[in-house]
Amino acid sequence: MPQFYGTHVESPLMLGTAQYPSPAIMAEAFHASGAGIATVSLRREGGAGQDFHNLIKGLNIPVLPNTAGCHSVREAVTTAQMARELFGTPWIKLEVIRDDDTLCPDVIALVEAARILSDDGFQVFPYCTEDLSVCGRLLDAGCAVLMPWGAPIGSGRGLNNPYGLRSLRAHFPDVALVVDAGIGLPSHAAQAMELGYDAVLLNTAVAKAGDPVAMARAMALAIEAGRLAAGANPIEARDMAAPSTPLFGMAVLA
Amino acid sequence: MNDITILGSGVMGLAIAATLLDRGVIPRVIDPAGKPGAQACSWRAGGMLAPWCEAESAEPVVLRLGVDAADWWQAHGAEVIRRGTLVLAPSRDRAELDRFARMTEAHRPVDADAIAALEPELQGRFARGLFFESEAHLNPRAALMALRDRLTAAGVAIETEGEPTGLIVDARGFAARDALPDLRGVRGEMLVIRCPEVQLTRTIRLLHPRIPLYLVPRGDGVYMIGATMLETGGKYRVTARSAVEMLSAAYALHPGFAEAEILELGSDARPAFPDNLPRLRRRGNTLFANGLYRHGYLLAPAVARMAADHLLDGQIPEFMDENHP
Repeated sequence: MPQFYGTHVESPLMLGTAQYPSPAIMAEAFHASGAGIATVSLRREGGAGQDFHNLIKGLNIPVLPNTAGCHSVREAVTTAQMARELFGTPWIKLEVIRDDDTLCPDVIALVEAARILSDDGFQVFPYCTEDLSVCGRLLDAGCAVLMPWGAPIGSGRGLNNPYGLRSLRAHFPDVALVVDAGIGLPSHAAQAMELGYDAVLLNTAVAKAGDPVAMARAMALAIEAGRLAAGANPIEARDMAAPSTPLFGMAVLA
Repeated sequence: MNDITILGSGVMGLAIAATLLDRGVIPRVIDPAGKPGAQACSWRAGGMLAPWCEAESAEPVVLRLGVDAADWWQAHGAEVIRRGTLVLAPSRDRAELDRFARMTEAHRPVDADAIAALEPELQGRFARGLFFESEAHLNPRAALMALRDRLTAAGVAIETEGEPTGLIVDARGFAARDALPDLRGVRGEMLVIRCPEVQLTRTIRLLHPRIPLYLVPRGDGVYMIGATMLETGGKYRVTARSAVEMLSAAYALHPGFAEAEILELGSDARPAFPDNLPRLRRRGNTLFANGLYRHGYLLAPAVARMAADHLLDGQIPEFMDENHP
């Protein structure tokens, strides 16, 4: 099971807490999936939302607050500091958004905010692109986890760039890697795990499904399947058929 | 006999009062404000009677309990406008429309011509939509005043102070949190604009992955635009972000809204239990009726009926999760 900044987590599924039909259904989805981490957005749900925070704390799994909706280094740093106070955790999922249509990360500001927060004792989970040099800069800034997008947040498109994600895995074999955002189907989540990723973070695909509880369970099963497959040394794809039944001893009829 | 005091003159309290009057019981009503008004979150509601659209995110029971709400309100003096709901999405968010159609029923698809036939102002602006013909809307403030007038006609004045007597119905909304710790506030922000140059006649929902919006006509070129759903508890003023998002969405619906006058910006906390469904709770002499969430006008008639069934006939209605008389 994955480990982030020295903390072992019970499941490679990281599940968001927004957009569910009700907090009761959200809690059920968490129980059905056995998610290892709950992410929570501070800007839109924070402030005086103590009741909602208590509901999340009641899930009894580690909470990863995020800086969703922040557009600048300063906003993100302030939000991270509020989150640390509110949830009593040094963990922060760092999001600095550049463009509102694609919710594309502002990777330049991200690196700067990651450095400031790491220096301040935070354990940063940066929401980034799969760009190798950006990811390298984030590690230089003090991050020990990288969270590249699969596709834009909420788009449900799956892994847009499997090649990029695979080379990132190969490039940083010892860094905890999480596919964050863009997952729509369990098969997408399984694919991320098959690439050797340590975990998958998703929210909309479960919360906005017609039956969020069933979808949460489906995601957990797919992630488990992908995780086992990655550790089982899968075969290579090949162009020609390779018979799985031995030909030896077949009757010669001609 | 049948000495009943209702606390709160929001939609829950007044719907219960009206239902008791229907059954020949004259209750007392206490609200420090003395009349329906901004002390109640229902004052800032949209007033949509849209059980089929709400089913997109609400449990099926909301549809079942809400389907007769329009008739109830009409029978209780509110002007119910039965022109249906038009659900639209910008062309790049069409997937939202498909999802909405899958999650709901009692709608029919409409194309650009059908949209223009329903709302001529929207001609050429949207290629596809959904029309929920059976839905309706009302003006919440006028509807609450209509209920107040029924009380007045029965000789009941809303008292501003005084000790409750007999059975107490606590319908104070989020303020009842002092007794109901699992009640939480789901913040909603709304605005009221006047824009006579854009003439829309029915509720319009504009789908968007992050900023869904509805617009409810109030007549005379006035529109209510709502509403955010934020898990942030208490009462605050409207944030700049929410105002900008709601106004941008209105502008996306029709550019004429750029010229609108802003009459009001409002924000309040909807009372909700963890499953976002209503509750009746009997503790001693007090019956709590609460948790209407975003379905105040839609569910108040049904919850009021349940409250009356309990108060007058001793029934244990649906959604009564505590009964300790």
